[in-house]
Amino acid sequence: MEALKEELKSKIIEQLNLEDVSVDEIADDDPLFGDGLGLDSIDALELIVMLDKDYGIKLADPKEGKKIFESVGTMADYIAQHKTK
Amino acid sequence: MMKKKYCISSYCHIRDNTISLNGKTIYTGQHSDLKSLTKSAYRHFDIDYPKFFKMDNLSRLGFLAAEILLTNEGVLPENEEDIAIVLSNRASSLDTDRKHWESIRDSHNYYPSPAIFVYTLPNICIGEISIRHKLYSENSFFIFDEFNPNHLFSYANGLLDTEKTRKVLCGWVDVDGPVYKAFLYLVGKEGPVLHSIEEITRLF
Repeated sequence: MEALKEELKSKIIEQLNLEDVSVDEIADDDPLFGDGLGLDSIDALELIVMLDKDYGIKLADPKEGKKIFESVGTMADYIAQHKTK
Repeated sequence: MMKKKYCISSYCHIRDNTISLNGKTIYTGQHSDLKSLTKSAYRHFDIDYPKFFKMDNLSRLGFLAAEILLTNEGVLPENEEDIAIVLSNRASSLDTDRKHWESIRDSHNYYPSPAIFVYTLPNICIGEISIRHKLYSENSFFIFDEFNPNHLFSYANGLLDTEKTRKVLCGWVDVDGPVYKAFLYLVGKEGPVLHSIEEITRLF
């Protein structure tokens, strides 16, 4: 699970172009949106694509995303339970 | 009725790894691509706007030229200014359109990136400049086969003559693969260069 969290942090930084953020600066429970990493709605869509492309997870209900994308920790939990690749 | 005369108060070029303001080189580098150049220039000019790194090359180019020019003019991002934007280019958003196409052309590997897709319109470049500098006035982005000073001149004069705006940020922002060029200039009532087709052509 720790490896998955580190992997997610790297992917988030790279795919969302968070130029001034390093893996060490993201805590597992930091909010991804709002006061945390400050991601926006386009970033949320990008994360949905990442779940599909990298882990074979298709979100049937976009409302699910709100809980899944709370933090790197919640993302890792969801991916670990639902990934198909 | 006598036609009003306007002036160009500042102009900025970004081309061939060089950035110049009012004809004077203010940054030069040895970068292999536009992305690297704009990133390095962002650091050099100590700009603090993380969203810059999410922009496509066209928006980065336009944003950077506008940032340098408007900062020189004392236009601060925290103040609302009455400045219209009229930009133009040849390649529209083709550079990013190609990247989007790459992500969707294989039906077995179909993962369009929302972050790329949102830049598949050239006027998004104007949006990025407007958001940064709180510019809510008129704006237009025109596509031409080549730089068209006549059109930019008459369109800017029209906006100023009809008092739609106090100043107009005009120019050319073009990116097509490895080829890029930005030339922005600010037109208003005061400035050292007469706003004329001849002068726009000369500065370009």
